[in-house]
Amino acid sequence: MSSVEGLVTQIQGRSSTASDVLLLQNLLKQADDSLHSESTREACTAGPVTKEQASSFVLIIARFISSCVAEQIRLAPDKFMSVCKRFKDQVLLLEEPLRGVAPMLTAIRKLQSSTEHLTTLHPEFLLLCLLAKCYKTGLSILEEDIFDVDQPRDLFLYCYYGGMICIGQKHFLKALELLHNVVTAPMSTINAIAVEAYKKYILVSLIHPGQFSTSLPKYASSVGQRNLKNLCLPYIELANSYGNGKIADLETYVQANKEKFETDNNLGLVKQVVSSMYKRNIQRLTQTYLTLSLQDIANTVQLNSPKEAEMHVLQMIQDGEIYATINQKDGMVRFLEDPEQYKSCEMIERIDSSIQRLMTLSKKLTIMDELMSCEPLYLAKAGRERQRLDFDDFDTVPQRFNI
Amino acid sequence: MEGVEDASNPMMEEMYVNGIGGVDEAPSSSTSTTTRKNRPIISGEQLDIEAYAGLYTGRTKIMRLIFIADHCDNPGMQLEALRMAYDEIKKGENTQLFREVVQKMDGRSGPNYSMDATWCSMVDRKAEQRKEKLENELNAYRTNLIKESIRMGYNDFGDFYYSHGALGDAFKSFIRTRDYCTTSKHIIQMCLSAILVSIEMGQFTHVTSYVSKAEQTPEALDPPTVAKLRCAAGLAHLEAKKYKLAARKFLEVGPELGNLYSEVIAPQDVATYGGLCALASFDRTELKNKVIDNINFRNFLELVPEVRELINDFYSSHYASCLEYLGNLKSNLMLDIHLHDHVETLYDQIRNKALIQYTHPFVSVDMRMMADAFKTSVAGLEKELEALITDNQIQARIDSHNKILYARHADQRNATFQRVLQTGNEFDRDVRAMLLRANLLKHDYNLRASRKL
Repeated sequence: MSSVEGLVTQIQGRSSTASDVLLLQNLLKQADDSLHSESTREACTAGPVTKEQASSFVLIIARFISSCVAEQIRLAPDKFMSVCKRFKDQVLLLEEPLRGVAPMLTAIRKLQSSTEHLTTLHPEFLLLCLLAKCYKTGLSILEEDIFDVDQPRDLFLYCYYGGMICIGQKHFLKALELLHNVVTAPMSTINAIAVEAYKKYILVSLIHPGQFSTSLPKYASSVGQRNLKNLCLPYIELANSYGNGKIADLETYVQANKEKFETDNNLGLVKQVVSSMYKRNIQRLTQTYLTLSLQDIANTVQLNSPKEAEMHVLQMIQDGEIYATINQKDGMVRFLEDPEQYKSCEMIERIDSSIQRLMTLSKKLTIMDELMSCEPLYLAKAGRERQRLDFDDFDTVPQRFNI
Repeated sequence: MEGVEDASNPMMEEMYVNGIGGVDEAPSSSTSTTTRKNRPIISGEQLDIEAYAGLYTGRTKIMRLIFIADHCDNPGMQLEALRMAYDEIKKGENTQLFREVVQKMDGRSGPNYSMDATWCSMVDRKAEQRKEKLENELNAYRTNLIKESIRMGYNDFGDFYYSHGALGDAFKSFIRTRDYCTTSKHIIQMCLSAILVSIEMGQFTHVTSYVSKAEQTPEALDPPTVAKLRCAAGLAHLEAKKYKLAARKFLEVGPELGNLYSEVIAPQDVATYGGLCALASFDRTELKNKVIDNINFRNFLELVPEVRELINDFYSSHYASCLEYLGNLKSNLMLDIHLHDHVETLYDQIRNKALIQYTHPFVSVDMRMMADAFKTSVAGLEKELEALITDNQIQARIDSHNKILYARHADQRNATFQRVLQTGNEFDRDVRAMLLRANLLKHDYNLRASRKL
């Protein structure tokens, strides 16, 4: 520590003259390195740490993270990341994940070169959020779009944990999007994260949009397309029986395979799937009927009594999933049209902001396309394969890349 | 029920012209008691087997009789059909079918109709001899390389196999004549034989291909042949469940068909199949132009006045009587060898069309009146309408409390806005995912490239 103080006085002394700025830079670098080496040394030598030592260690690291400078960190990202990883391990050892959430957040902000950059710390952070059950902080990170990835593995974990957080907050659409990214990401071999993500993906797609197609889109990796289905058979069966529309069958199936779902920790989701089936059936009724008696609703949706039907419909009205009024005197439900007239200022603002967003996005796409077409590796490959591929697509590749 | 059996008479080959008066209406209201020579064969009354069988010749007569025997519930009718089949088979040379029919009869029709083993063995022996003779002749012709004789030889072989029930061999022999056909008349003959055998075998893909082949030689086509080819094409489409195409083909058949194609189809059948398929698949304008105003087809419809009546009723929105005619015809149509698989589907389609047509011009419809018009209960009607609405064939909503159906026209403006917002969201999501994937791929590629270097 004394060397640091000495350094500090030296720095303060030399900050006056301009020619000393270079010297100052070197000194600062030294300071930075020594600070780093100290902490890493400490982290590496930490090894098996006892609980008391762990809590003090945690405190030191937390303070370090909050006080370190972003640019310096970015010069030595690996060391910083390993420090943070150790930090996370210690926090988990102490079984107080909540203590690690805020420091980790600051760490991420400092390590990122831009908000679109995914670092290795992101999944760690999300894991801590999950364990600490503070989903809202996790959500704030998830709001940002990610375009730049260091390691594919980070992405998988990030999207998987992110999906779980969104499910916890009942943002099913976002969860679906994240899980979809995992499932369709390019991979050369099947990995366990993708399999687990696929299982959750099936369940969430049954809860929210209510349909599920067993074929993955064409851009999913071939490895995924071939193997994912086979590894998640009970879930595919569940999706099929959901598609048939009979609640009794669905429930018997769930009962029969309860253990399998439990071992995957998916039983809660499965129960939500079953309850979403009632909602799906009631929604279909709004398409064909203007008014319908509660008794008929109960019969069509296979509920036990009109009272239950009333409860379901009431819940759905409150959640904003259908528009209806219940007439208790006659026991009738009157279905109304969506009152949105698309004439209000809010709607105009919404459309406008949507348009702006999409314009920036497509500009980004064009830029990326241009960058890609100048990339030497790409041009080399396209030049080589020119004979095999369509002439028109690759006409822009210069001839010198033909080998 | 009047004495249907009395209408049997020897003059079966004539086309039956519509009688006077009472035959048009539903049987319950028919008051005439005199038996008429000219009674329509396919009607709501119980099928007159002799009259029906008289419409056909050759193998299809036997097959149809056996089919009727297999599928009707009435044991009297069954036995009669089998007996007629027996007599018809005895006139021919098909011992296989003979054995089958005798087994089905099981001695129930008396000693005259039992297993005649001597006849069987005699026929088989003659068959052997004839086959040898044909083979020798064919070999002789082949060595002499006379095209016309070889063609005739193969044709004879084809006929021989056909009459003995070996349909596969018959087909092959007829096909072999293709290499030796010199004029377009020969080609037409080959195609017609091939079509006949394929229909008997039930392989309608061949039928379609040979019909198109025959139609490609227009110079040798005379009107009866054209009509025959159209019938065959219509049958093929019917089997393939392409009811609209089948209807169009049957409606194009000209009156020169007569009963020239009795080995395959009778003009009554053309009328029935064409009429029902058209009703199930055409829209109103097409129905009017091609069926009701079609003078040629009117001649055919005269033979099956009930079908004519039900088409007219449908067009003039008298749905109750239309559906009543359909119901009466059903039992007889189920005995038809080509139509019985399709009766249910066609009936459902016709009924749905009737429901849709009924609701089309109204803003609101009282479901009780509609249920009366369709002779069904309100609850049943509600279920049917629900299915049609879910299927998006009727744009309406049901007020289940007051039992009224309200037409509902989608608000284009709102729907457009909704779609716009949704498309925007999807684009956003997809492009972001795509950029992410591109990034991952680039990473992967960089990794691989750097490893290679």
